[in-house]
Amino acid sequence: MLNSNAGQPQALSALQPYIEKGRQYAERVLALSNDSFEKTLAVAFALCLVGAILVAGSAVALKPLQQINKSRDEKVNILEVAGLLDKDTNIDEAFRNIEPRIVDLATGDYVDTVDARSYDQWKAAKDPALSAAIPPEKDTANIRRKPNQAKVYLVKEAGQLKSLILPVNGYGLWSTMFGFIALEADAQTVVGMNLYDQAETPGLGGEVVNPKWKALWKGKKVYNFTGKELHESNLTEKGQAIEIGEVALGLVKGGVEPGKPGAEFQVDALAGATLTSRGVSNLVQYWMSKEGYGVYLAKIRTGKI
Amino acid sequence: MNKEHTKVLVDPLVDNNPITLQVLGICSALAVTSQLSTALIMSLALTSVTAFSSAGIALIRNHVPGSIRIIAQMVIIASLVIVVDQMLKAFAYEISKQLSVFVGLIITNCIVMGRAEAYAMKNPPLESFLDGIGNGLGYSLILITVATVREVLGAGKLLGIDVLPLLKDGGWYVPNGLLLLPPSAFFLIGLLIWAVRTWKPQQVEKPDFAIVPAHGEAH
Repeated sequence: MLNSNAGQPQALSALQPYIEKGRQYAERVLALSNDSFEKTLAVAFALCLVGAILVAGSAVALKPLQQINKSRDEKVNILEVAGLLDKDTNIDEAFRNIEPRIVDLATGDYVDTVDARSYDQWKAAKDPALSAAIPPEKDTANIRRKPNQAKVYLVKEAGQLKSLILPVNGYGLWSTMFGFIALEADAQTVVGMNLYDQAETPGLGGEVVNPKWKALWKGKKVYNFTGKELHESNLTEKGQAIEIGEVALGLVKGGVEPGKPGAEFQVDALAGATLTSRGVSNLVQYWMSKEGYGVYLAKIRTGKI
Repeated sequence: MNKEHTKVLVDPLVDNNPITLQVLGICSALAVTSQLSTALIMSLALTSVTAFSSAGIALIRNHVPGSIRIIAQMVIIASLVIVVDQMLKAFAYEISKQLSVFVGLIITNCIVMGRAEAYAMKNPPLESFLDGIGNGLGYSLILITVATVREVLGAGKLLGIDVLPLLKDGGWYVPNGLLLLPPSAFFLIGLLIWAVRTWKPQQVEKPDFAIVPAHGEAH
């Protein structure tokens, strides 16, 4: 209880009469019958006030810590897919070599008008102004909408592009899986694949998080260059179309035989998880095609950007 | 600690266990027991919520108007659950991601509401607090038992450390994937209830109705 005290600041002593009134009111209400209308209202109000202060206080006080956790978690996922994560990696230190950039998916060019650090590609995919609905016949990854602009991460070493990290998503059996695919600077060789957010069947489709399975992706190739899949734009000096390539990378059942033709495009499917495996193949197919990063990657490959 | 204190603390562990005797709080017991780590954090969260909400409700029990009794209890419980959820997000981020909605669902956990209504509304704060701890521990005991069985037999691990070497890693154990799916928790809890009631037959409920003996031919 607050009582009058000679050492109190001016403001508090000015409040003194109100505090005294409040105390008198509380005493009067508490003495009322529990079922009286006034006490019911007063108790409800007081409880809500205390509850609200508790909830708001903890939310505000803990927010900085939560945000650190969240951004750290995202950085860990990115470093992991780029193969830069060891037990004793300093996350912020390692992240200094990674630069986020915004890419326009249709033109494959970088966009500098958007702040790359704060842009959230998956939030944008829900915003009609920043995304487009995917026609059902093209929606092989089953994601319904795609953002117009994607946030890619460039891993640099001594100013040289070392690898590219591309966010991807697609529907598996139960859930939309979110993850990253990392490619080498040739925009063709896989560095890593990490589906960090999924709710597939534990032990079956959920094995997409198994480090042993993820390790199978390293060194695989994405595109088969057959001369068919071209992009019509003024990408080369002579006005010719450049080749995006056919997306050949996918999962296969029954195990990959190394050395066999085409093995460089194949990763073992997950045992007992046909639909999740199909979902993973579909999301790779979709995001690497010209609907996704195809044009951008073709430009990287031909040195246009 | 006097006798009453010991009793409210120890009774819910076996003799009056909220899961095996009262069959409350089953829903979250299914969802969070595929790993021991999530089960431990969930146990901690539920025990602290039950203890503090019981204490809080006991503190104001003489002034709660009958007409808004349940809502008043819910306000206290819900506020505490949100505080716990926020703390997990700040201090145990990985596990809070795995627990996802189940922390929020403590609000509707029958054990918390059950203790508020059955004990905290009639007893002083200290006893209610201990009763909350006791019931939380009773819930934890079952959760930890189920989670241990599920993680060891389902994934060959305990707290993420390899216990049984898996066949696919060159060991001998073939994990039972069924144990990682929610229905297996039903089987395990069922077996536990059976075991406890065989050990303590006084827990077996009397049938509400006698089964009518068959008479004549089938209709």
